[in-house]
Amino acid sequence: MDLIIFLGLICIGYVAGSVIERRHFRSIEQREAELADIYTYSARLPPTEMFGHDAFFVTGNVVVSVDYFKTIAASRRALIGGVVVVFESLLNRARREAVLRMKAEARKHGATTIFNIKMETSSIYKGGGNQIGSVEVYTYGTALRAPRS
Amino acid sequence: MIKSLRVITSETEIMIISNLEILPGKRIVTHLGMVQGNTVRAKHVGKDILAGLKNIVGGELVGYTELLTEAREEATRRMEEQAAAIGANAVVNVRFSTSSITAGAAELFVYGTAVIVE
Repeated sequence: MDLIIFLGLICIGYVAGSVIERRHFRSIEQREAELADIYTYSARLPPTEMFGHDAFFVTGNVVVSVDYFKTIAASRRALIGGVVVVFESLLNRARREAVLRMKAEARKHGATTIFNIKMETSSIYKGGGNQIGSVEVYTYGTALRAPRS
Repeated sequence: MIKSLRVITSETEIMIISNLEILPGKRIVTHLGMVQGNTVRAKHVGKDILAGLKNIVGGELVGYTELLTEAREEATRRMEEQAAAIGANAVVNVRFSTSSITAGAAELFVYGTAVIVE
């Protein structure tokens, strides 16, 4: 009985998880294309020519949950070591989503560049046995807009 | 969906918050030292149950995203109060930090340098 529930959860996790992941990646790619004209830099300071610009503090965050399949796959992988592909795609999704939200906020202000971008990743919810339950990615930076004259 | 913490424009009187070391177009005249704000938030039981279900199928946990955004705003507000109390009108070089203290609670911490700009 326990085995049936376990296999059922893995199946649900795999099917639902990959549908949600694929849909999310499609949406990310589409929005990345829309926001491609907002340039992002991790440089600490903008070039001196931009010192007269208006500055806005912009942020983006997202919390993404693992699915059951990923949890199991990762715990299997932990036995033999190596690359945990299932978590790579999860963090990839989370970072790109957070950056997109930050860019969307910059767009709302009419800004075209974002400087001094900082990113922070934290696992905010631990599942059973101290496994990762969900991760948060928080990103912030300073958006600059040419002065309206 | 995500609210901006502060809008910086030359005509507003509110506290300027920036993660740059300098403020474009403004001159820093006085350094007043470090200011900080923090908050510890625990998750709602209902949200935790929902999160448990979401852990099976995956996807975004919107409740947590909002919770953390609100918590950061609260921490930032506390930092602003501290900065205002010592007479600053801007906080520069702002950094955020998150740590999970116990299984059910997370601390959001924000710090920066309080300055007077003109």
